[in-house]
Amino acid sequence: MALKILKPGLSTSIQDLGRPGYFHLGIPISGAMDRFALRAANMLVGNPEDTAALEAVFMGPQIEFTEGAVVAVTGADLPMTLDGEPVAGWTSFAVKAGQTLGFGFLKAGARAYIAVSGGITTKLDLGSRSTYPIGSLGGVGGRAIAEGDLLPVGAGDLSTAGRSVAEELRRMPDTPAKLRVLPGLYWNRLTEAAGHGFFEDNWTVAAEADRMGYRFKGGRALEFVDREQPFGAGADPSNIVDGCYSYGSIQVPGGTEPIVLHRDAVSGGGYFTLGAIVSADMDLIGQLQPNTSVKFVKVDMEQALAARSDRKAMLQKIRDALR
Amino acid sequence: MADIQSPLPGTFFHKPSPEEAPFKVTGDTVAAGDTIGLVEVMKTFIEVKAETAGTFKGYSVDDAAPVTAGQTLATLGD
Repeated sequence: MALKILKPGLSTSIQDLGRPGYFHLGIPISGAMDRFALRAANMLVGNPEDTAALEAVFMGPQIEFTEGAVVAVTGADLPMTLDGEPVAGWTSFAVKAGQTLGFGFLKAGARAYIAVSGGITTKLDLGSRSTYPIGSLGGVGGRAIAEGDLLPVGAGDLSTAGRSVAEELRRMPDTPAKLRVLPGLYWNRLTEAAGHGFFEDNWTVAAEADRMGYRFKGGRALEFVDREQPFGAGADPSNIVDGCYSYGSIQVPGGTEPIVLHRDAVSGGGYFTLGAIVSADMDLIGQLQPNTSVKFVKVDMEQALAARSDRKAMLQKIRDALR
Repeated sequence: MADIQSPLPGTFFHKPSPEEAPFKVTGDTVAAGDTIGLVEVMKTFIEVKAETAGTFKGYSVDDAAPVTAGQTLATLGD
């Protein structure tokens, strides 16, 4: 069984849950930008949740199936058709050999996850099939999918067609999207007014938003507490002596436009980070289009952990419903 | 009349670069496959191509305007 790529879409890539454990060597975690949606797609087709699938961003690919399989598409609202007939998202369906899956114009969200029973079985690099093009890791020889690719698929469970995730369990961002932030080590670099302003202001997703990071614009520039820059830090007040970045950390070069570091981000550098988006909300960022409105919401550790538990409970509900 | 729609969300540009002329002006003949503009997203510029031939009737959105997927970018007449 294979997926024959008739049209690749914009930057459709193979992703699983990522490649943790190498960040200290500068190799990012990679993996699905919306892990919730990837897990749900795999559950629908009867795969282990960390199975590799396709992540399509803003526009869908066109795929021909060489053999029968069960398929599910979750995440973004991207209308799709099987041989021209509409099929529903967040629902598993059977495909026959020779049938073609195509997509229409994106309606909401940003990334769709296309899971197929048996999963994509390209080569593992450092324990993951996730595509990291800059490091030529995972994917199809280290790159996104291209026209004419034949993606190998394992043997799957063909009895899972017709299963669906209840609408209230399809986690997508609100409008405006609310992203919870846990202030971090360098929070004290900001003046009190700047700290308040960051959470009061309305932000929008900038054009520079991809798997490495999401940039936001529209809020006021940040003001920093005066200090003599330490040896090794640059002259700009947003500079620090190089430090580690975490997944979700928010750097603000020059104090103007915040950037949230995402799955393919660098692991360290010389910008202060004001805090981090809580892990539960990183999936929501993966569903933001450019020009989307965003509010940052300040939380403490207790609230961040509660958010993580809520997200886990929601996934467990899907698991229980599909068992 | 045929609408040319944006294949994806981003920023729409009438010109190949700021110093150059727009891809098309009203009255131009358009062949299927002609590029009529660019959509920038994720630091990438994607060419928007006409799917049918016709006469260019003008852009429907301003140069450098934000657009959504499926939004009409330009119209073609017979």
